[in-house]
Amino acid sequence: MQEHSLLEMRHINKLFPGVKALSNVDFTLRAGEIHALMGENGAGKSTLIKVLTGVYQDDGGEIRVDGKTISIRSPQDAQNNGISTVYQEITLCPNLTVAENMFIGREKDVLVHKKRREKRADELLNELGIPARGTQMLGNCSLAVQQMVAIARAVDLNCKVLILDEPTSSLDDKEVNVLFGLMRDLKARGVGIIFVTHFLEQVYEVCDRITVLRNGELVGEYLTEELPQVQLVAKMIGKDLDELSSFGEVQEKYFSDDDIFYQATKLSSSAALPFNFAIHKGEVNGFTGLLGSGRSESVRAIFGADKVNSGTVYINGKNVKIKKPIHAMKNGIGYLAEDRKRDGIIADLSVRENIILALQVMKGFFKPISRNEAESFADEYIKALNIKTASRETPIGSLSGGNQQKVILARWLLTHPDYLILDEPTRGIDVGTKLEIQKLVLKLAEDGVAVTFISSEIEEMLRTCSRLIVMRDRHIVGELTGSDLNQAQVMKTIAGGETDEG
Amino acid sequence: MKDKLKNIFKGGLGQLTIPIIAILVLIIFNLFRDPSFFRITVELNNDGNRVLAGNLISIINAASELAILAMGMTLVTAASGGQDISVGAMAAIAGSAFVKILKYGGNINGFVVFAAFLVAVIVAMIFGAFNGTLVSVFKIQPMIATLILFTCGRSIAYWINGGATPTVDSGIVKAIGGFIPGCPIPTPVIIVIAVAIIFKLVFHFTSLELFTQSVGINGSAARLNGINATWIKLLSFIILGACVAVAGTIGVSRLGLINHETLLLDVEMDAILAVAIGGNSLGGGKFKLAGSILGAYVIHILTITLYAMKVPSTDVKAYKAIVIIILVVIGSPVIKKWFAKTVARIRNKKSQVPVKGAQ
Amino acid sequence: MKKKLGSLLLVGTLVMSLLFTGCNKGGGNTPAQGGNTPSGSGTIKVGVVNNPPSESGYREANVKDMEAVFSAENGYELKTFYSLKNDEQLQAAQGFITEGVDYLLVSAAETTGWDEVLKNAQEAGVKVYLFDRMIDVDESLYEAAVVSDMSAEGDLAVQWLLSQNLDEYNVIHIQGAMGSDAQIGRTGALDAQFASGKMKKVVQQTATWDEAEAKKIVESVINSGEKFNVIYAENDGMAKGAVAALDEHGITHGVDGDVIVMGFDCNKWALRELLAGNWNYDGQCSPFQAQVISDLIQGKTTATAKKIINEEKGFDAKTLTQEDIDTYGLGE
Repeated sequence: MQEHSLLEMRHINKLFPGVKALSNVDFTLRAGEIHALMGENGAGKSTLIKVLTGVYQDDGGEIRVDGKTISIRSPQDAQNNGISTVYQEITLCPNLTVAENMFIGREKDVLVHKKRREKRADELLNELGIPARGTQMLGNCSLAVQQMVAIARAVDLNCKVLILDEPTSSLDDKEVNVLFGLMRDLKARGVGIIFVTHFLEQVYEVCDRITVLRNGELVGEYLTEELPQVQLVAKMIGKDLDELSSFGEVQEKYFSDDDIFYQATKLSSSAALPFNFAIHKGEVNGFTGLLGSGRSESVRAIFGADKVNSGTVYINGKNVKIKKPIHAMKNGIGYLAEDRKRDGIIADLSVRENIILALQVMKGFFKPISRNEAESFADEYIKALNIKTASRETPIGSLSGGNQQKVILARWLLTHPDYLILDEPTRGIDVGTKLEIQKLVLKLAEDGVAVTFISSEIEEMLRTCSRLIVMRDRHIVGELTGSDLNQAQVMKTIAGGETDEG
Repeated sequence: MKDKLKNIFKGGLGQLTIPIIAILVLIIFNLFRDPSFFRITVELNNDGNRVLAGNLISIINAASELAILAMGMTLVTAASGGQDISVGAMAAIAGSAFVKILKYGGNINGFVVFAAFLVAVIVAMIFGAFNGTLVSVFKIQPMIATLILFTCGRSIAYWINGGATPTVDSGIVKAIGGFIPGCPIPTPVIIVIAVAIIFKLVFHFTSLELFTQSVGINGSAARLNGINATWIKLLSFIILGACVAVAGTIGVSRLGLINHETLLLDVEMDAILAVAIGGNSLGGGKFKLAGSILGAYVIHILTITLYAMKVPSTDVKAYKAIVIIILVVIGSPVIKKWFAKTVARIRNKKSQVPVKGAQ
Repeated sequence: MKKKLGSLLLVGTLVMSLLFTGCNKGGGNTPAQGGNTPSGSGTIKVGVVNNPPSESGYREANVKDMEAVFSAENGYELKTFYSLKNDEQLQAAQGFITEGVDYLLVSAAETTGWDEVLKNAQEAGVKVYLFDRMIDVDESLYEAAVVSDMSAEGDLAVQWLLSQNLDEYNVIHIQGAMGSDAQIGRTGALDAQFASGKMKKVVQQTATWDEAEAKKIVESVINSGEKFNVIYAENDGMAKGAVAALDEHGITHGVDGDVIVMGFDCNKWALRELLAGNWNYDGQCSPFQAQVISDLIQGKTTATAKKIINEEKGFDAKTLTQEDIDTYGLGE
């Protein structure tokens, strides 16, 4: 431990109204190392980065650079102390040249000669091995090169600490390798790099050390070679690995026609072509297909989310009309929408209000749920679904994505639906919550609720669904059950061509 | 428990901070300027009633119409994310209808006054529904939709009474706009309290508050949760219509006269301001009625203060504008953020001292 | 239930849109059709271009007066056009000339732009009278202009006030919309008195013709405890607002009261307040120019000058009669 500590963050705290985003977090970056900062959504990674770059002010703690205590009040302060950041989204100007992008806004001498500037840019690019020329338009470069130009700009700012926030998420494998080359090169020059990413393999490919955060607290700092990937995941979600694998196989269930809860023939909407569909009580089925295949549009038609054009619907054998969401809700159908931000949360309202919303709508305008009742409902589901929130009165918008999703789930569970449609309930949320939701789905089915589960992760669906409806080009092209429920078969059906069935 | 109290304090006062501070500053300013400014006396008025008098009473009394309109405007703002600029013109229509019915009967008794008020409410609610239909069904921007009535509302009011400025001489009407015999508190103030209580009851016995906020914050999500967003928006305009009728009736009753050109002139801008000063987002969503009511009183304390200071008549609006600019800027997100940062910094320094000492 | 509501809304919307189309046209069409009486021999054809009656109580009285005097019984055939827009007025005037009226009577929305139309009138042999408002044209283009003199109206009121011989004059002066003709005329004479020191200005504020605002102004003076004994409000509505404030604070007013109340416009309801002794004085800018013009047309009188100042009226509560109210009062 005699290595030179470039950056030391000690006892960092950060409070948001009602939530402790960081509590007593330490972080150490040594010169010439690539250090991964890991954690699930809401663990405090981005808060820590923002404290370091002056976007947020810490609420107590100490930051030292080269052993000297500094205070960072603004991004400018951070830069002056040699801390630079390259964000996921390129923040440069595509309509300027590479050279201009590298030096713009920080030339003391405004009248710097254009040729001299381009020469300096070329030198630096050459030195770093970046395949670009100063005279090129930035917009004409590949995303990876743009990313690297941003890094070159940061490096030339005399930076000692370079923060790369999800730099690889929009790059292909080849570009990622070029970027890693550059990172190793900078490392050799003594730059300390903080690498934030979701890709575990990349961490193991390029990082020397890993710091793991969970729930705003430090879990630990590890040398990469000493921490197996499986353990890293376990530390991130704070769960035993056995639990992860305890899922087991989906038990095959047999349903009789008497158990059909919902049945639609030639159902179509302004967004979905006519299709037939039925689901049994206690059944979990899935809709799968590529983006735009019509899977979301179909379930929206079931719920009446888009304008319904045609179709006959039977619920428990009784003919019903579902033209609007409220009709579906009154018939015991719940729908968790695909886009949580746009169609799910009411951001400024409290967790309590978000939870009771759907039930309140069903009860009607003139029968409000009393405050006491609402509070006990909220408390019940916060506990049951393990929702992490400061209180039931916290605005849902300030929760992490996974917890927001749980609140929306609670909203629908509270209506005690007979049929619950979950459209991408696990998108953009952390691994732990994903598992909890999958478990919940299976539990609901056991209790006799029909569930339609949609996910882009086929594995997730294979784990939960006993029947998979495959869509392509807005048509249902296959229905897989039993032994056909495997990744290869699903892929084949999605892709089309001949099927093995026959 | 302590944290809980702290949260309530933070969350509860949060939005009301600006109007409360504004009221306090204005009160302190007036106390320094003239210690007797808030003196309240009991006087015998010309009708032989003992009534409360003084600047404070004048302020609370005069702000009544504005306070009622601000409540309705808050609801429209929350649901539609826009404002109704036709409330002044609609009040002229409602007031004209009120007087028209009063004049119709000849002998004005309690029943006639009640009938006239009912007609005024219905008329204003129909016009409110007209605005609301344009906004909710035809998806026209609220300001544009209500521009129509803003433009021609006073002409409609003109037709109702044939352009004259008819007067009503009736004890009952006088009591509505002034004092009920035996009661020292101005009737309009009592009406404001009644309207506020009605709102509170409506919020308690219906889901109006939750649904309105949901529609205003995220219309798409509200729809997918089965809320009829169109109906909620329309409803907010109809409720505003009822508020307008009450305000118009008070305005007419104060003097027993309807002047369609001047009744509640320019009140729409004050009503929108009251909503904004009250800390409610003009972009819709979450709202607090109390904020808007306080906002209405802030505007009137300011007006009466300026009158008491004998600020030259032509300058009053400019001074008002300056104070309002200050209030609105203080309430802006940019300043709020800056303020929060500064507070955090000061707190940091305090908490850092012992840490440094320990090293 | 919902269907019912929907249809109710639909009806409401329809009614509203009808009203809206109506109000755009400013009611200008309907009265114009009133002039379609067959032109018998001996009738004098008169075209009147005026501002719409909705403009003010004054205008309403003015329009009614025109319609009453230039009636069929009096031997006239009347065509009218009302608009607040100068270009519409110009078109209508040209239309009247083309139709071949004998006389064209104009109260213009704006003072400029009338040269050509009036020249056309002269060539066509149509005689032009201006009323209420002057136009920026050569005198030769019209026979006479019958107008009001606003400052004379103010003078008349202030002279009346001086004649009351009070020991001291502490005046609350409530002004109309600043810059309007009426405000300038009614303020001028009083300002002269304030300047000379004969009267004391307790407060001078504009209420922009708003009754409620006038009440607030008076209330703030009462609350401050300052002494005053005259309220000079530049129209009847504001005087009523001021009186409401006095009533609420138990201050007597009118003929036997502590405070003298003065208003303007002579609305019938205001004159009735005078008759009851609640107010003291009401001044009027006369809207009645029709008879003067009719007399000129019929040769009963001859114009001594191009500009004829219409006689202004001022009523004292002590001398006012019911007959005055019926004759001169505006509105109902």
